[in-house]
Amino acid sequence: MLSKLTTDWEVDLETDVLVIGGGPAGTWAAWSAASRGARVVLVDKGYCGTTGCAAASGNGVWYVPPEPQAREAAMASRESLGGYLAHRQWMRRVLDQTYASVNLLAEWGYPFPTDDEGKPYRRSLQGPEYMKLMRRQIKRAGVKILDNSPALELLVDEAGVVAGATGVNRQTNNQWRVCSLAVVIATGGCAFLSKALGCNVLTGDGYLMAAEAGAEMSGMEFSNAYGISPAFSSVTKTLFYNWATFTYEDGTPIPGAGSQRGRSLIAKTLLEQPVYAIIDKAAEEMRSSMRLAQPNFFLPFDRAGIDPFTQRFPVTLRLEGTVRGTGGIRIIDETCATSVKGLYAAGDAATRELICGGFTGGGSHNAAWAISSGYWSGESAAEFAKTWGSKGNQRQVQGVGEAAFQPRSEHPHTLATDEVIQAVQAEVFPYDRNLFRTEQGLSDSLGRLDYLWQEVRDSQVENKQLIRAREAAAMVATARWMYNSALERKETRGMHKHQDYPQQDTNQQHHLISGGLDHVWVKSQPIENTEKTLVGVISNS
Amino acid sequence: MIELVSASRCIKCNICVNICPTNVFDRVPDAPPAIARKSDCQTCFMCELYCPVDALYVAPETDLQTSVNEAELAQKGLLGSYRENIGWGLKRGSTAKNDQTFQILKQMR
Ligand SMILES: Cc1cc2nc3c(=O)[nH]c(=O)nc-3n(C[C@H](O)[C@H](O)[C@H](O)COP(=O)(O)OP(=O)(O)OC[C@H]3O[C@@H](n4cnc5c(N)ncnc54)[C@H](O)[C@@H]3O)c2cc1C
Ligand code: SF4
Ligand code: SF4
Repeated sequence: MLSKLTTDWEVDLETDVLVIGGGPAGTWAAWSAASRGARVVLVDKGYCGTTGCAAASGNGVWYVPPEPQAREAAMASRESLGGYLAHRQWMRRVLDQTYASVNLLAEWGYPFPTDDEGKPYRRSLQGPEYMKLMRRQIKRAGVKILDNSPALELLVDEAGVVAGATGVNRQTNNQWRVCSLAVVIATGGCAFLSKALGCNVLTGDGYLMAAEAGAEMSGMEFSNAYGISPAFSSVTKTLFYNWATFTYEDGTPIPGAGSQRGRSLIAKTLLEQPVYAIIDKAAEEMRSSMRLAQPNFFLPFDRAGIDPFTQRFPVTLRLEGTVRGTGGIRIIDETCATSVKGLYAAGDAATRELICGGFTGGGSHNAAWAISSGYWSGESAAEFAKTWGSKGNQRQVQGVGEAAFQPRSEHPHTLATDEVIQAVQAEVFPYDRNLFRTEQGLSDSLGRLDYLWQEVRDSQVENKQLIRAREAAAMVATARWMYNSALERKETRGMHKHQDYPQQDTNQQHHLISGGLDHVWVKSQPIENTEKTLVGVISNS
Repeated sequence: MIELVSASRCIKCNICVNICPTNVFDRVPDAPPAIARKSDCQTCFMCELYCPVDALYVAPETDLQTSVNEAELAQKGLLGSYRENIGWGLKRGSTAKNDQTFQILKQMR
């Protein structure tokens, strides 16, 4: 019954570095490991090149030329928004690495535009083009890609060192195993199947797998990002709403509502009545620039027969959770190592507090982080693999996946996967639970989420339900780290809005580390930063 | 949501089956792929981009099914319109080189 008991793997591979996830972070990791001479296998739940949120959407990139003033401005600009939790050393490193890597993209043939002055403009990447190029590039570097092959659990050796993963090909049902000397998790964030653009492959699988091997999370309270989209559509691209007027049904503007800082007001209004938008502040010339910048923004409008510049349309906010939030697997050092040996994390799967504190929301830091942390994790995984010598792949290994694999109960019942998923969504989608948080609301949700976790742990599933069941388990686990951390942060900071504690509290300028599955725990960790920027004081190094 | 696999246009290459991130299609021997798990469609439009003959149509409605009329879509130029917009396909060039994000960000300050 249980695939983890299988010993006949239809695909059984041995490699130096296994990368799980083939978005920007995973492909950069694979490329950097392969260019260091490592043998690399990359597995993706979908198809590396089209899957994940970058491929479907496109990315503004934190690409800043190495000019001291520009760099200083780039670092300072988001520090207060992020609640002063970011680290300047990390920002510097990411700015350097992103600059170098994006320039590589140009060498590889990405068709960057030129600006008014005829200079190449490299701060924006169109998703399909970018990810098609990344796929081609890693294939050239010799990376073996397994598409449509979600990883289901990690393998560890007798000492608990991560040593590969197993999974299934969702089209052939063939079970695969990859034994490897190091593993990079680059599975993206968790958007709880909200259908935000490109996000339905992102269900927190990597968090669950990592946690089962003993890894910790950080910043999970900052996981309540919502993207604006036309109410009928999936396209949560928010930049152009800077030129929008948000109105009630009768056409009167909603005071204070806006794309960037006024998003809460949109949410508050949506709790009671529909909200409309019209992108009427964009001048004629701007409108054509917009079409050329983000063709996919206009797709839903063109197809629905709406001119968004002259006609009002209803909008909604779709949850993007940790995809555009900042929480994720805790990184313990500059190599992007997790607290578990042999395991590295990159991109949205890893915490981004290091460079943007408690707030990412829209634009550019996430893409830069995916590029840089991908690059470093691949590099360090390759180095770690080298330290094994020839004995590495002779280790005895075993799977550590439990939820949906190994029922805790002696009389397990069948898991009602779809019901579990709907139940988690009911806790994390509503604005008045996740966006506007209260002690009461969070505690009530946690009561139900803890019960759901028990359900998951005491049940078994049929093999063909396994992928969805693991996704459901990952979503429940993610929601529990989110809300336990949110309860612990008794203040309002970054994107974490706590109604009972509406102020930012200087005594809580720390990270919240969380972890555990059956017993979720949260602890605070001081910011180890020699250049800690204090509230209101901007260091001018 | 994905609403159409055009039987008259489809060349049965099964590219869409391979590249759909959420595994919506099933291969069918000697026939166009079937939309097998429609409710898993995340409305990302990627299949349309990769279909070499503009045989697919993804309606903008994400949560609701809609009915579409192939002839009407073709007549309105909506079959393959996204692919055209991003400049993929024979004798086209990627429109990424015309990306005018810089114009837009200039106006943000
Ligand atoms: C609409 C939208 C617009 C955005 N715009 C911007 C922007 O302008 N600027 C910016 O900086 N950021 C932006 N972001 C965020 C940015 O896209 C992400 O931060 C970035 O793509 C993260 O890269 P990643 O590789 O970590 O994750 P993803 O691109 O999400 O890739 C994760 C990959 O892991 C795979 N995967 C998941 N689970 C498994 C599993 N179990 N086994 C194997 N594979 C698995 C997925 O299929 C996917 O390919 C945007 C996000 C959205 C949703
Ligand atoms: S990609 Fe297009 S042509 Fe190929 S099988 Fe799919 S619908 Fe048919
Ligand atoms: S729109 Fe996206 S999810 Fe839907 S069928 Fe096409 S590729 Fe698959």
